[in-house]
Amino acid sequence: MSVALQVGIVVAYLLVALGVGLLAYRLSERTAEDYYLASRSIGTVVLLFTTFATLLSAFTFFAGPNIAAAFGPEWILVMGLMDGVIFGLLWYVLGYKQWRLGQKHGYVTLGEMLGDRFGARWLRGGVAFVSLFWLFPYVMLQQDGAGTALNVLTDGAVPFWAGAGLITVFMILYVVLAGMRGVAWTDTLQGAFMLVVVWTALVWVLHSVGGVGAATDAMGTYDGEFLTLGGGFYAVPTFLSNAVGIAFGVTMFPQVNQRFFVGKSEAVLKRSFVLWPVLVLLLFVPAFLLGAWAGGLGVDVGSVRNVLPALLGDHTPSWFAAVVVAGAMAAMMSSSDSMLLSGSSYFTRDLYRPFTGGETDERREDRLGRIGVAAFALSTYAMSLYNNSISGTWSLFRIGDTAFGGFAQLALPVAVALYWRRTTRAGVATGIFASQAFFLLTVFQPETWLGDVPVVGATLVDAWAPAAGVFASTYFGGWGANVVGMALGLVLTVGVSLATQPAPEEDRSAYALGAD
Amino acid sequence: MTESIHMVDRSERVAWTVVFAVVLALAVPWFMWRSDTVVAGLPLWLWWHVGWLCLTSVTFYVFTQRAWGIWVGGEAA
Repeated sequence: MSVALQVGIVVAYLLVALGVGLLAYRLSERTAEDYYLASRSIGTVVLLFTTFATLLSAFTFFAGPNIAAAFGPEWILVMGLMDGVIFGLLWYVLGYKQWRLGQKHGYVTLGEMLGDRFGARWLRGGVAFVSLFWLFPYVMLQQDGAGTALNVLTDGAVPFWAGAGLITVFMILYVVLAGMRGVAWTDTLQGAFMLVVVWTALVWVLHSVGGVGAATDAMGTYDGEFLTLGGGFYAVPTFLSNAVGIAFGVTMFPQVNQRFFVGKSEAVLKRSFVLWPVLVLLLFVPAFLLGAWAGGLGVDVGSVRNVLPALLGDHTPSWFAAVVVAGAMAAMMSSSDSMLLSGSSYFTRDLYRPFTGGETDERREDRLGRIGVAAFALSTYAMSLYNNSISGTWSLFRIGDTAFGGFAQLALPVAVALYWRRTTRAGVATGIFASQAFFLLTVFQPETWLGDVPVVGATLVDAWAPAAGVFASTYFGGWGANVVGMALGLVLTVGVSLATQPAPEEDRSAYALGAD
Repeated sequence: MTESIHMVDRSERVAWTVVFAVVLALAVPWFMWRSDTVVAGLPLWLWWHVGWLCLTSVTFYVFTQRAWGIWVGGEAA
């Protein structure tokens, strides 16, 4: 009963998404700007929720509560600081500036924005390449997660390849049809659904266990450290490396960065900015509190796959736990669809079109974008299957897991370029590519691998042995390589800019915004 | 630029920098580090965080009304 219901809910969501896609297709113009950015016409509610759902997704239901269950409720503070405050401010400092520049120059992608200012096609293509390098395995992670979840849900009746394939095909269908407008609409439904589900879950569980005081008492009995702020896993550098590194990383994720361009007006951006911290709070507090309480309420935290479904299984009817699991899978898709769309725009606009030299009109680029979505999704699907078949090796998932750190390396060079006229092409390029190289070396050094199979790296490691101490995963008592790399990128961007002259092709006034 | 937007003078710019620095710095109540006081069913430090994020929204609202556009380049309407 429950399995049929869960599959039914997933299929129903897929059909709704497809329906929304069809509706959006009927409203769309056949231009690239409309396909990728909904003609910069998104209003407050949809902008807030599409950013929200794209950003938060399945992590809120699975990984987040698992972390709170293992280490305590401080995770709420890490995420609140990260997404509610730091990302909120960055949305103004980077996002609003990008929005103004998009209005002025018609930029659609980050690479396009940088390539225009610094007069360099290779910089535009290079930024797109770096972005796709981190995005590709991240999409694979989502497909893999969906395939695995469907497999578990149906007790193996739906094999991994079929589950991941089904979801990939549906995503291709509605993203190819709908573009940004349809994706943003489904995200909005999704975000509202997540809020309703998570608060219902909270009320239901508290009703079952006798209220918030009882749940917290049980948590304190289970592990006294959970009541105490900080300590253990939550050292100060861990707090800050996570909050700072991930918040900056998020701003450079293509699907989030591109949303900086889509707001309809100043008023929309202002309202979104104001409501953002509270929206973040509304989702994180209940979701992660449930995770933190789980151990005290009798969930065997160490042995269950995901804490939240296990807790709900104990305290709510089976159909409700099913709704939450299905909702989380749908949330996984609502992030992936946005990634596919943005990935396609980065590829077609910044790599394919500039380097194949063909003049394309709007209609052709629109068509190219849709083909790009299908190609991107099928490539990640094929790699997911391959990756699944060689499970046990560290594989591409290592890249996906560190994608936030990889994207974070882009943020400071971009910020400097946006605000400091003296930034030169050599400076910004050095800042971007050197910090990427540094971070990659830390990712691929052996002791940071998941599992215990250092397959491909073994020979590389020998070659790097003399430098091994430099490329560690943490520094100076717990600071992550992500924030160390960010500092390096900042220093290099500023330092090299000071030491070099602007190239003749640079347009130093491109990012100037007068009080006009 | 519309009439309702007043020019933001230098001292107000500095003030906003300080305000945002405080908003960032105290989202986590560092002064309650290692505290385990429970109030109304939740750790006090968690209540602080919840209150602080609500206050952050209020601060952002005042910012959009008074100083939206500073740093970014021109106080656009």
